[in-house]
Amino acid sequence: MEFFIISMLNGLSYGLLLFMLSSGLTLIFSMMGVLNFAHASFYMIGAYFGYTLSGIVGFWPALILSPLLVGACGALFERLSLRKVHPYGHVPELLVTFGLSYVVLELVQLIWGRVAVEFPPPPVLQGSAFTLINHATDGLRMVWGAAPAEMCSAADPAVRVVCSRFPATRAFMMAVAVLMLIALWLLLTRTRIGLVIQAALTHPETVEALGHNVPRVFMLVFGAGTGLAGLAGVIGGSTFVTEPAMAATVGSVIFVVVVVGGMGSLAGAFLASLVIGLIQTFAVAIDYSFLSFARDMGWQLSAATQENTFAKLTVSQVAPILPYLMLVLILIFRPKGLLGTREG
Amino acid sequence: MSYALELKDVRKSFGKTEIIRGVDLSVHAGERVAVIGPNGAGKSTLFNLISGRFGLTSGEILLKGQRIDGKKPYEINRMGLSRSFQITNIFPKLSVFENLRCSVLWSLGYKYTFLKALSGLKDANERAEELMEMIGLDKKRDTLAMNLTYAEQRALEIGITIAGGAEVILLDEPTAGMSKSETARFIQLIRKVTEGRTLLTVEHDMGVVFGLADRIAVVVYGEVLAFDTPEAVRANARVQEAYLGSVVAEAQAGGH
Amino acid sequence: MAAVYKFKPLNVGRWVIWSLFALVLLVAPLLFTSNLSHTMLAQMGIAIIACLSYNMLLGQGGMLSFGHAVYTGLGSYMAIHALNMISDGKLGIPVSLLPVVGGFSGMGFAILLGWVTTRKSGTPFAMITLGVAELVFAMSLMFSEFFGGEAGVSGNRVAGQPFFGITYGPQVQVYYLIAVYTFICVAAMYAFTQTPLGRILNAVRDNPERVEFIGYNTQRVRYMAFIISGFFAGIAGGLGAINFEIVTAEVVGAARSGGYLLFTFLGGATFFFGPIIGGVLMIIAFVLLSELTKAWLLYLGLIFLFMVMYAPGGIASLIMMNLRVAKFGKLRQIWTSYLGLGLTAIVMLAGAGAMIEMVYHLQLNSALGDSVKFMGMTLNSRGLDSWVGSAFVMLTGLGLFELARRQFAREWGTIQEEIEKEIKRRETL
Repeated sequence: MEFFIISMLNGLSYGLLLFMLSSGLTLIFSMMGVLNFAHASFYMIGAYFGYTLSGIVGFWPALILSPLLVGACGALFERLSLRKVHPYGHVPELLVTFGLSYVVLELVQLIWGRVAVEFPPPPVLQGSAFTLINHATDGLRMVWGAAPAEMCSAADPAVRVVCSRFPATRAFMMAVAVLMLIALWLLLTRTRIGLVIQAALTHPETVEALGHNVPRVFMLVFGAGTGLAGLAGVIGGSTFVTEPAMAATVGSVIFVVVVVGGMGSLAGAFLASLVIGLIQTFAVAIDYSFLSFARDMGWQLSAATQENTFAKLTVSQVAPILPYLMLVLILIFRPKGLLGTREG
Repeated sequence: MSYALELKDVRKSFGKTEIIRGVDLSVHAGERVAVIGPNGAGKSTLFNLISGRFGLTSGEILLKGQRIDGKKPYEINRMGLSRSFQITNIFPKLSVFENLRCSVLWSLGYKYTFLKALSGLKDANERAEELMEMIGLDKKRDTLAMNLTYAEQRALEIGITIAGGAEVILLDEPTAGMSKSETARFIQLIRKVTEGRTLLTVEHDMGVVFGLADRIAVVVYGEVLAFDTPEAVRANARVQEAYLGSVVAEAQAGGH
Repeated sequence: MAAVYKFKPLNVGRWVIWSLFALVLLVAPLLFTSNLSHTMLAQMGIAIIACLSYNMLLGQGGMLSFGHAVYTGLGSYMAIHALNMISDGKLGIPVSLLPVVGGFSGMGFAILLGWVTTRKSGTPFAMITLGVAELVFAMSLMFSEFFGGEAGVSGNRVAGQPFFGITYGPQVQVYYLIAVYTFICVAAMYAFTQTPLGRILNAVRDNPERVEFIGYNTQRVRYMAFIISGFFAGIAGGLGAINFEIVTAEVVGAARSGGYLLFTFLGGATFFFGPIIGGVLMIIAFVLLSELTKAWLLYLGLIFLFMVMYAPGGIASLIMMNLRVAKFGKLRQIWTSYLGLGLTAIVMLAGAGAMIEMVYHLQLNSALGDSVKFMGMTLNSRGLDSWVGSAFVMLTGLGLFELARRQFAREWGTIQEEIEKEIKRRETL
């Protein structure tokens, strides 16, 4: 039971991290029509800036400075490079961000090396947010912080006590993501610029025709989107690992999120992020395969079936391809995505 | 008597807004119909509905007696309906000749073949040459479409539209943006190339409309206010009140 | 952006060009005789087929794919399994026909995966190809019987009956096999561009909506092009299996797909022969450039970025633009500007390159000492004078380059105007 709750929370926190990333991607795409192939690269440099800055000014200032720095880099890139390519169409825009992802990867490896760096979370986040204690006789209880050792073992060896800890970093990730979500929602629905962005989510050409200083808005939106990615990077980098491969790991998943959720739909990105986050987290922990399922059901299988590769595959082995499988299925059965409104 | 094109109580809503509010239209084969009305009345939307670009909310559209509502644009095109666009919609990186040759390929039965050389398709090449001459662009055979002047591009647009031999042609503001002399020449071109075919054209130039059309359909706020001969429409009180009024007076005075 | 040109040689010219191409393929290993050269030439042939098949999607169809390696890679896998079956005596076809097996495999997978992939176009299409590529790559780690796990699948190309005494043991024999396939595939893919489907594919690239209104199902056109592209991709993969005698999971990986994209674009996607240049450059970069400097991926990324921004038609378009200038006899006017541009660029790049090399050296090789060899000089990567010197050279070069560029842009503009006037004049004759 506690496994389920903790996994659920882990999945949600990972999903919310994915949403922090995919929301920036969706905003940029909706507003500018550009799918920022290098979005995960900005996530990565957010983590690395966070790493370097927290060594100089501490984690909490770095949490604020790093996204700003990343956003500035994004805005600069938009101004110098993306803007030049904008009149050529969407394919060159995608290509230019594709090239940027290569360059960023190489620069990161150049400056910080090819090996993972130690980016620890601040001391206050290093413990557990809470612990779930499943006592065989006393039932399920929750204790804030890390439960002391006595609570995790019973005097009687026959009584089973399992302590499951939920890391504070994960809880912090969820908190920041939720705050960001609320701030975004307020921005979109309560401010004027938010209204403009909402309109651009479905009708970008009209917004342009209404006379908003489009180049400046583009630069701001791109900077804001990449800044969000940078924020996610600081949190993700300190919670998980900060290494050159982190862009690639999360990069393709967020594109799946955006397509599955429906291109141009923030709500869709939110839903898809959570779904994929949960699926991936649960799947990795499940060691069930078709064979073990059959065994539990008491089915008799032929020797050939028992040797079959597909039958032997456990869910955890299949976990890496699940998001992409979802992508293919969505495209077959619901090509617009879960909540898509634009054809993209 | 069967109609070339029939619209029966066609309605279209975008979200909660009903743009087309019950249109009935019956066009005879070989007829020339001008569709007029104020901006935003839904004329282009009607064309989009007929040609399959948008789906209907309700109603029926029949082409030569067969239902075409709900069909994909290429299916409708293969059944004999072709349309041009208000904003020029050509193949910019292909030459004039290639533009026209591509437009005749399907109607000549070449479909998706990749086992024949284009240069060996006599009928396609001859037809493309014919079309080029008809629309007066034979001197610009190898010019890339994006390098043509605006009027030349509009002519190419018409060429692409009629190339496949469709019996029902929809022209969406073909003379948009042209000067008076260009318009006059263009109307001659349209008359020539749509000889014997059914023509529906959206037009704002009243001189053109009254000169070209057998019947005029007046569309205001998504409804057909009148569908009759030019004289009858001119005399129609509702039409005068809603739309025509001063415009007709100008046309009658001989200058517009 | 400059207009797109058509290269229209006369009929005689056409024969000359194809004969020259065949001649080059025939004679290359005799001119470049080292083993390294033969290996590179063989790989170039494969790369040419792969990039041309990729350009069927990108340049001819306007379809940006991030997952082309799936089809070349799966073609490789099927071919190497077939090779092993030949070695075991279970399959009676000659090794020479193995690439065709690869081709049909590539086609088969394209039929299967292409149906889902081509349901969309533009950016969503690109994202789908990315997702499918990740799917296949992730699967390669799961199904070790087919994909061979970490070690991949090996084979021996000396298998089955020798073909007129050719066993494919020596590299040069493999090269000639590749050369034959390269010639046939290039000719076939060129022929495709001159067919109805090929031309309609161009129309779909230019204006997909309009194509529906001339009677064609746009999605069907894309799907068919995808399948044909997959066929040729599979042939390239099959040749790769024969050449390397081992196939590992990286052949379906993102890096390889990215490489096809990068170099096809670099070579020039708007002309048929662009990807040929791209394929050749790809092998030169992977084999030679990577030996020359550790920073080669960075340079590649930067070159690609600049190409997209300033020369989106690739090297092929640059060649064609200058050919056009030459045709009108104006090359003389501008060659001095080119010279100035080139020299200042070299100065600037030398300075920048020196700094990049020093940084890379500090990062990766500092155990070997502080000195870096660059352009025949020895730099001290920890010495202030080396740094200041390089920075100075780069900044001077940058300033001079900017001046040269403005001059060049002025002259180029004037020449283009003169050419336009000349064209108009000839039209009225």
